[in-house]
Amino acid sequence: MSTAEATTNSGSVDLLLWVIFPYVCLAVFAVGHFWRYRYDKFGWTTRSSQLYENRLLRLGSPLFHFGILFVFAGHVMGLGVPESWTKKAGVSESMYHATAVGSGSVAGLCTLVGLAILIYRRRTVGPVFSATTKMDKTMYLVLATVIVLGMANTVVANLVGHYDYRLGVSVWFRGILLLNPHPALMAEAPFGFQVHGLAAFLLFALWPFTRLVHVFSAPLGYLTRPYIVYRSRGDSLGSRKPKRGWERVGS
Amino acid sequence: MRVMAQMAMVMNLDKCIGCHTCSVTCKQAWTNRSGVEYVWFNNVETRPGQGYPRRYEDQEKWRGGWILNKRGRLALRGGGRLRKLLTIFSNPTLPGLDDYYEPWTYDYDTLTNAPLQEHTPVARPKSLISGKDMKIEWSANWDDDLGGSPDHGDKDVLLKNIADKVKFEFEQTFMFYLPRICEHCLNPSCAASCPSGAIYKRSEDGIVLVDQDRCRGWRQCVSGCPYKKIYFNHRTGKAEKCTFCYPRIEVGIPTVCSETCVGRLRYIGLILYDADKVLEAASTEDDHDLYEAQRSVFLDPDDPEVVRAAEQAGIPRDWIDAAQRSPIHALINTFKVALPLHPEYRTLPMVWYIPPLSPVVDVIKDTGFDAEDKGNLFAAIDALRIPIEYLAELFTAGEVAPVDAVLHKLAAMRSYMRDINMGRDPDESIATAVGMTGEQMYDMYRLLAIAKYDERYVIPPAHAEQAHSLEELATECSLDYDGGPGMGGSGPFGEGSGATPPVSVENFQMLQVRQTSDSIVAPADKASRVNLLNWDGRGAPEGLFPPRDPDPDAAATAGDRS
Ligand code: HEM
Ligand code: SF4
Ligand code: SF4
Repeated sequence: MSTAEATTNSGSVDLLLWVIFPYVCLAVFAVGHFWRYRYDKFGWTTRSSQLYENRLLRLGSPLFHFGILFVFAGHVMGLGVPESWTKKAGVSESMYHATAVGSGSVAGLCTLVGLAILIYRRRTVGPVFSATTKMDKTMYLVLATVIVLGMANTVVANLVGHYDYRLGVSVWFRGILLLNPHPALMAEAPFGFQVHGLAAFLLFALWPFTRLVHVFSAPLGYLTRPYIVYRSRGDSLGSRKPKRGWERVGS
Repeated sequence: MRVMAQMAMVMNLDKCIGCHTCSVTCKQAWTNRSGVEYVWFNNVETRPGQGYPRRYEDQEKWRGGWILNKRGRLALRGGGRLRKLLTIFSNPTLPGLDDYYEPWTYDYDTLTNAPLQEHTPVARPKSLISGKDMKIEWSANWDDDLGGSPDHGDKDVLLKNIADKVKFEFEQTFMFYLPRICEHCLNPSCAASCPSGAIYKRSEDGIVLVDQDRCRGWRQCVSGCPYKKIYFNHRTGKAEKCTFCYPRIEVGIPTVCSETCVGRLRYIGLILYDADKVLEAASTEDDHDLYEAQRSVFLDPDDPEVVRAAEQAGIPRDWIDAAQRSPIHALINTFKVALPLHPEYRTLPMVWYIPPLSPVVDVIKDTGFDAEDKGNLFAAIDALRIPIEYLAELFTAGEVAPVDAVLHKLAAMRSYMRDINMGRDPDESIATAVGMTGEQMYDMYRLLAIAKYDERYVIPPAHAEQAHSLEELATECSLDYDGGPGMGGSGPFGEGSGATPPVSVENFQMLQVRQTSDSIVAPADKASRVNLLNWDGRGAPEGLFPPRDPDPDAAATAGDRS
């Protein structure tokens, strides 16, 4: 297996940071969501705070959300699609780069400004602040770190250095998903990218335990379902499940 | 024909004395928790007035309910599905806490703990949202009994359509009370606005409920409901609404608001309707025809064909019997004295109202004439255009004729019964003048004035063979559910997280927490707040009485008190 070959030329710290840590985080992410969904469906919500305050939210929330959804799409492109594919499709490196940096920084800026407004609001609006949980604070800390570093990397990597992340970080990230990790690639990456990556995985590990679970409930089904939902009293067996072996039979 | 049964309510407004008992008992039963301090599933408004939340009837602003779009098709006034999703990150038409009111309690503690001083200590109001001192400026019934109306009475949304403005001068004004709960609409726009599909209409009895496990806090339903009867619990992040006291209805007893109503003015019963006709009725072109359109959706439970279709649709025989004896069917279809609230919202509401004759009667009495004389009453109904137009704005989208007809019937009943009560021969011509027979007049009188308990409430219990699946009926140990016991309080993700306990268990827990809690406003743990409104007379929340002295003699005296 190539992991063995990769480990030979990278230290155990690299192995820990770029292989073990990501997998642990992903495992927590997956199991955590499963567990939370089973244990805490009632807590699975956006915990909207609009009732307390609307003026800042009306500005910050759409900025942040449209920004981050675009940034997410950008990451799917940048991390998910190998450079060789875009080349084959006839998109030159410089062309790809220009569009990615162009649209990416606009979206990134929106996200950042939106996030700043949201955090400012959380801290300064009394009722919103008192409705902020410890998990919210932790989540905002890590989320802000990830976003700020990501933005910084985009700026620095384009203005100052010339690091082609599509040949480094992206390949490593795909390796993680394809169970074929290349820790060495990450060990060579600039410091900013390293921390961004680590913080991002930490965010994944936190994800199931924060309000961020609302992302997985994005209500796309609304576009197709009938307007009025009818449900029979009979098919939901109350809030209490029958004991095993005592489930009702069909007749 | 697709027959469905709907549990519905009618309120006889003439009898409402505006005592708010219904609101308080409802609050005690359902919304005495943190996160819903500002919520009244049942509220009583003085009309004319702004209502709760303030000016909720201004659909230009709040965009609730349905409208007909340019192609004459029914559409959500708040916009289509895509628009709803695009505005999900910040809902443009969500009422803020200001539009309801900022809930508060008092620091009663200072009343008993203050040192001896020259001035009497006062309990200051404390916000239940921020825990800080606050100035009370509005509440759910601030303009009760027209309080302050000369200053802000003209903010009543309905007045803009009435030509001669209502005068808020003492001698010329009129008023009545309007108790409101969720309408459990046949075409609920709250459900249609919910992106997660968490709001559903129960197919057995038509009660509209929010599935707390599926609600994701997108808060679009709050905007979708034109009656503003969906509330957002700001602690749990979920929508809540009037439940029509389903755990009570399922076992055949009336809702808490009805049971405790001092005026005994609420009626509960079944109505059968044709689900296939709902969309057509809601799409009626002219707002003025919506009242009749909705009536045309209802089915006659005595028609053998309807009975057959109902049986085919799986409606149990005793439910059909109950539909035949239903006071709702009688008031809406037989006597035709009940009218829907704001049919122009096109949700086909199912809590109907008998408009009050009292504004008319009061005027006649004040002028010294006989308020039970048919001639006087009929003449006054025709003369008092402002109250009638106002009622029409509420109940028939501004069409005066149906309101007129109802008031004439109520007036006729008054004079017809007077003859009987005075031992004179009943005058059949009074009944025929309003298109009824003397016998019908008497039956209506029985239902409206005598209003026996078992005639007001005809509630067939949910089916015994389904008892096991009823949400609350305890056929097993009531603590025996997923995640319990040891419930109450909250999981690690903030208030209310963790598995859902059954409502009955939750209320029991809540009560216990309240009775043993030790602070008025403790932002660190809002579950333990004490609000006098929520105090049920048992136990002694601290702050209400001085703390018990640890030394035994003093404890004995303290014991005497309780
Ligand atoms: C996929 C579609 C998404 C939808 C429909 C959505 C919707 C919402 C809604 C309705 C709120 C509540 C706003 C309020 O009224 O207070 C919210 C809050 C929030 N969302 Fe999203 N969201 C989405 C994706 C995301 C993503 C991808 C992230 C970040 C990774 C995110 C992070 C947040 C945060 C941090 C808040 C809290 C804002 C605050 O009140 O401080 N959301 N979201
Ligand atoms: S009145 Fe009740 S059922 Fe009708 S739209 Fe409002 S919340 Fe829904
Ligand atoms: S309890 Fe009855 S009489 Fe009193 S306000 Fe409520 S509806 Fe009116």
